[in-house]
Amino acid sequence: MMSPAEIHALLRTRFGAAIADFVQPSAGEPVLGIAPAALHDVCLFLRNTEETCFDFLRLITAVDWTDRFSSVYHLYSYNHYHSITLSVDLDRSNPCVCSVADIWPAANWHERESFDMMGIVYQGHPELSRILLPLDWEGHPLRKDYRAPEQYHGVKHE
Amino acid sequence: MNSARENRSPDAIESLRTEELMINMGPQHPSTHGVLRLVIRTDGELVSEAWPHIGYLHRSFEKIGESVNYNQVVPYTDRLDYLASMNNALAYCLAVERLAAIEVPLRAAYLRVIMAELNRIASHLVAFGTYALDLGAFTPFLYGFREREDILAIFEQASGARLLYHYPRIGGVARDIGPDTVQAIRRFITVMRAAWPEYNALLSNNAIFIKRTANVGIVPRAQAIAHGLTGPCLRGSGISYDVRKAHPYSHYEDFTFAIPVGEGKMGTLGDCWDRYWVRMVEILESLKIIEQALDGLPQGPFLAKLPRTVKVPAGEVYVPCENPRGELGFYLVAQGKPQAMRLKVRAPSFCNLSITNALARGVLVADVVAIIGSIDIVLGEVDR
Amino acid sequence: MHSVIEEIQRFSPGALFWPLHSEWAWLVYALAFACCAALALAWMAVMAMAWTYGERKIAGFIQGRIGPNRVGPWGLLQPIADGIKLLAKEDVIPRISSRVLYVLAPALVFIGALLPFAALPFSERLVPVDMELALLYILAFEAIEVIGILMAGWAPGSKWSLYGGMRLAAQMLSYEIPMGLCVLVIVLLCGSLDFTEIVAWQSTTAWGLEHPWILGWAIFRSPAALLAFFIFYIGGLAATKRAPFDLPEAESELVAGYHTEYSGMRFAFFFMAEYASMYVICALCAILFLGGWHGPLPVPSVPDGATITGRWLEFTGSLDAADKAPLLRLAAASFELFQDPQSMRIMLREAIGAVNMLGKSFALYFIMIWVRWTLPRIRIDQVMYLCLKVLLPFALGCVVWTMIQVALFP
Repeated sequence: MMSPAEIHALLRTRFGAAIADFVQPSAGEPVLGIAPAALHDVCLFLRNTEETCFDFLRLITAVDWTDRFSSVYHLYSYNHYHSITLSVDLDRSNPCVCSVADIWPAANWHERESFDMMGIVYQGHPELSRILLPLDWEGHPLRKDYRAPEQYHGVKHE
Repeated sequence: MNSARENRSPDAIESLRTEELMINMGPQHPSTHGVLRLVIRTDGELVSEAWPHIGYLHRSFEKIGESVNYNQVVPYTDRLDYLASMNNALAYCLAVERLAAIEVPLRAAYLRVIMAELNRIASHLVAFGTYALDLGAFTPFLYGFREREDILAIFEQASGARLLYHYPRIGGVARDIGPDTVQAIRRFITVMRAAWPEYNALLSNNAIFIKRTANVGIVPRAQAIAHGLTGPCLRGSGISYDVRKAHPYSHYEDFTFAIPVGEGKMGTLGDCWDRYWVRMVEILESLKIIEQALDGLPQGPFLAKLPRTVKVPAGEVYVPCENPRGELGFYLVAQGKPQAMRLKVRAPSFCNLSITNALARGVLVADVVAIIGSIDIVLGEVDR
Repeated sequence: MHSVIEEIQRFSPGALFWPLHSEWAWLVYALAFACCAALALAWMAVMAMAWTYGERKIAGFIQGRIGPNRVGPWGLLQPIADGIKLLAKEDVIPRISSRVLYVLAPALVFIGALLPFAALPFSERLVPVDMELALLYILAFEAIEVIGILMAGWAPGSKWSLYGGMRLAAQMLSYEIPMGLCVLVIVLLCGSLDFTEIVAWQSTTAWGLEHPWILGWAIFRSPAALLAFFIFYIGGLAATKRAPFDLPEAESELVAGYHTEYSGMRFAFFFMAEYASMYVICALCAILFLGGWHGPLPVPSVPDGATITGRWLEFTGSLDAADKAPLLRLAAASFELFQDPQSMRIMLREAIGAVNMLGKSFALYFIMIWVRWTLPRIRIDQVMYLCLKVLLPFALGCVVWTMIQVALFP
């Protein structure tokens, strides 16, 4: 079982500057910031390394910080009973990050939902399409600047 | 009694191949547990693909979670997995409490455990009944509902509601329970223990039921983990993992109980029967927990003293809970405002459902129904 | 001289006014046929309606609930209310359906379920039409239903219906063969296709007893017949599309199978046909394997050739021929009939026979319902496996056993 700080130290030695500095928050859990370009390699490393062995992808989601997006990855290990949260900051004008669906099949639907709700494009995803909303829906509702449409196929909301 | 198609040579199958049919199963279909829509490509009765289409019950829970106060979110969580409202609200309250470092009184924690476990039994009884219904047996459904009715009566005594309770609150529970409710719960434990063998005689050990579920929809260990299955679906594949044991919350560490896992008793490890059986045994384990919690139920307040508006400091937290359907996690991002900045639900049904297409390749239409039923989804949670 | 048709010819007042040799005899025949057809239809309708109610009450009992109890005393009028509701429903014909087949299918299914009732006896003389090939006739018309259901599966242009129809086709090919072989066992043992003779054979000497009571039943005469009974009954469950063989209409898989697109009265036809053919299968089982109207209640014996109408005609003839008022004569003769111990004996015999016959049929019917509300549904490949790889070899074994038995101990 490794603490987030230990995992951070391990990643730092392996990936260097691609890993942001470790910050212990005053409340809640620490989040490891990862550079978008390094994400796929970091994930692969975390899954395949003996000490970390993150075999279970709990959740992928996205957060709109109004100045940027971040794509957040919650990983867990059934071998070591430890977890880690990774976060990738993305440019608001072009939120684009590589998909991890080839590492964890579970990522498939999570990334689709994140694309649907927040409009983050996961490159290399096998079938990146809307999952909860209709295919012809406009906009991504969980963005902070989202405005609900006046009507949808002639159906108005009051 | 393996199906004939398995004994046939590939050439024979090729020579019989005819035009493929695309059929649309749902959203209005008796065995899609609500409004799931499956688009199935079939060759006769043989399924080659089954794509789940979801979203028909999307109610913007996460968007609402960003616009109302922390306390006001609790009733919305009831509507996620409407068969396990207690567990949902518990998970949400735990997430807020962990981020805001709120101490929950011991009595409240025990009451939460009792209610969550009762709700788990109620949920598994529905799973038992609807699974039988999917496989064409109507009677087990009503047997399951007979005992579920007792649980709902207990919930009604405790919270005033029968389906959407709004019982766990941030800092405790809504109301205390009296000695009459304790009596009713103890009575229910006896009733449930007596009814359990009846279920097995009626369904679990029925030869036809075993033929329909054993060796069908097999999820090997590695696939279960890779696809992010949790709960009975994960344990059905032989992985002994339970959030209540691995990372105890709400004083689960005070109780002794076992984690039932699939053993391939009737067929192959990780088949539909194993997933079903894990749920059945979990009912007994939940009864054990409830009994211990009732025995050790401490006196004291049932709700922590909190201001009307909960103060949540800036930070992020992910809190997993063991729901009847798997790991329900709330990922909460706060910025010190009265509302959450981001509230994300890791819905177990959503994650478990994503394995459907992988399991449905090469099975019969009837098996698709058996597989979907064994995953035990609630669309309120899939679509949120 | 013991089918109802013939009895009616003599019994009807017409026979008094226009004796059989007169030029109006055809009218008498026509009347007799019409009465018979009406009786068979009425009995089928009553059976279907009564058993829809029965099924719901029994299902309620099995599931620990009450069942229908709102319409009429104990909900007894529920089937009538259902019938009225179905009649009042809109008659929907899907636009893309093949209209002719769509309309024809429920009629064909209904006819297929109705026609066997013409040859189904209640007791020795209470039978609408007494024919020598009754067994063959019933099996043939039971199979006609399948064609109707295939049409119903094809016609509406719905994929779910098509699945139901194709499943039934596969299922029929599976269950018909073992069922036919089981019937063959009885035909070999008894040497007749006539129900009267099959039942009479089951009351002849067996196990060294001159009046063997229930030991005379086919299932107690030969182990092959006992096994054949179970195979026939299981095949019968499949033939009537009852659980666990309700795949053609499997509601949790195929929405409603072949009757997905049918509503109102057309749906009611399918519904009634199912309940009617269940009764036919149960009655067949009772006649072929369980001694028909013989036992468990002992049936009083009567002299050979004695019939009710025979006695009645004797009375009408023996009355004063000068009395020209035919109705009065009729009434007087009927009065005499009820005074006559031999006639009463015949009637008693028929009544007890009918009670025996219906009792056994209804018991089997009850078991069908019991099975439905207990077992899950099996899969289509398992149905075919069960019928062709399990039941068929056993049925063949029964036939071979019987052939050897008949050859060695005729």
